[in-house]
Amino acid sequence: MTQFVQTSSARTLTNAVQDHYIPAEAPFSTVVKKGQILRIEDSYGQQAIDTLFYNAQDFSERYSSQDTMREQGAAYISTGTKIISSEGRVMAVMTADTCGRHDTSAGACSCESNTVRFGHYTKYLHACRDNFVLEVSKHGMSKRDVVPNINFFMNVPIEPSGEMTIVDGISAPGDYVELKAEMDLLLVISNCPQINNPCNGFDPTPVRVLVWEGEDA
Amino acid sequence: MHIRRSHDEIAANRARYEEHQRQGLNATPKALPGKSDKPAASIAEDRIIHREIIPGGWYWSTRVKANEVLRISLDQGLSTLSLIAWNAADTTERLNLPDTVKVQWTTGLAKGRVIFSDMGRVMFSIVEDSCGAHDVLVGGSTASSNAKKYAGANGPALRNTRDNFVLLATKAGLDKRDIPAALALFAPVRVDADGKFHWKPELVQQGDYVDLRADMDMIVGFSNCPHPLDPNPVYAPNPVTVTRIEASAPSADDLCRTATPEAVRGFENNAFAAL
Ligand SMILES: [Zn+2]
Repeated sequence: MTQFVQTSSARTLTNAVQDHYIPAEAPFSTVVKKGQILRIEDSYGQQAIDTLFYNAQDFSERYSSQDTMREQGAAYISTGTKIISSEGRVMAVMTADTCGRHDTSAGACSCESNTVRFGHYTKYLHACRDNFVLEVSKHGMSKRDVVPNINFFMNVPIEPSGEMTIVDGISAPGDYVELKAEMDLLLVISNCPQINNPCNGFDPTPVRVLVWEGEDA
Repeated sequence: MHIRRSHDEIAANRARYEEHQRQGLNATPKALPGKSDKPAASIAEDRIIHREIIPGGWYWSTRVKANEVLRISLDQGLSTLSLIAWNAADTTERLNLPDTVKVQWTTGLAKGRVIFSDMGRVMFSIVEDSCGAHDVLVGGSTASSNAKKYAGANGPALRNTRDNFVLLATKAGLDKRDIPAALALFAPVRVDADGKFHWKPELVQQGDYVDLRADMDMIVGFSNCPHPLDPNPVYAPNPVTVTRIEASAPSADDLCRTATPEAVRGFENNAFAAL
């Protein structure tokens, strides 16, 4: 594992209330309470971490990529970005970002879209949409609840011409984002297994999720 | 547990991706035809199944059958028409804009491009398009975006796309969980080098139109509300005309079915699903 970075005197490894290791290619979910600080760490670098948020009290309110982009006035997200729900409310605010490049336009990989992007022979490869469907199923949801997501640490530049392509991630080992939860959140992650594009350097790696109590709690 | 992939495996996958990327970014856009001529070709009256004029601020939904065409036209002035769609036979299959842009290597939808579902199948082909200025990223307005933009004038009279889609989804037996990210037609949004959005009004004019061919049987929903980035401080959407046109089978050399390797594979998925 990478060196732990202390971003606040109140946030040490020993007082984290949650500390999760997410294996390469695996799904994951947990609840983050209002006011808590969530850190998502790209432990080995260049790993796309596909992420969804749901209101933990009412899953019909969930992350909205379009509302989030509209609120920022920009296609990328970084420190200061408000994560906006389908009901137009702030779900979380990004309070720290050591990478500076995260995507919310390109969505998750799937067995089905892989057949279109790369050829039918890529159908039988593990993909983020399957991770998401399995993970949200544990919470009583289904495929219809899987909406366009955030891809933390995925590098998808959009040109003024509209041209858009997934290129090598710029995240280094140990890069992280921190988000302050503004409501009780169900966090759902697919640690992307994609090996057909460079979103994770064609070599998926484990990531880490840490949660602390908020300092103003 | 993490087993590193071998250098050779990574190099082979990278080479394969870079070849896809090269074809997607370089070869394909040059093969697309550019904008459709204006005015739009007239439609024989006996081929019109239905014509709906959606007033500013309102919504409408319709069923379409494969190979029918929806002509969407700004014949009464400027407006933005937001669109969502579900497979009529299985509404868990729906419009997926992230896949649509990622698969085609562009956020710029225009004549010759196709629009994908979340199941790797083609929902629509853009068979004609006189402006090529649409928005896949920001989507429609909401009660709060209206309240911010039209300060002091918000209320039921200033209808918004989110609420319109909740209404039309619910009336179709679905609910708000089923509302996908929306395509905003006639919304000239462009992204600058820093990722910031810009509105380019010169890209859309009265008389612009889009012909969308349905490539499966669908429920299609529309909302005619000003785009949240439209700088006009006055809430002034004009009526938009949607004409549903009788189906005719696409030719073997149909542009949208053949323009890109991605479209070819998407239509192969449609054909397999129809067996
Ligand atoms: Zn993925």
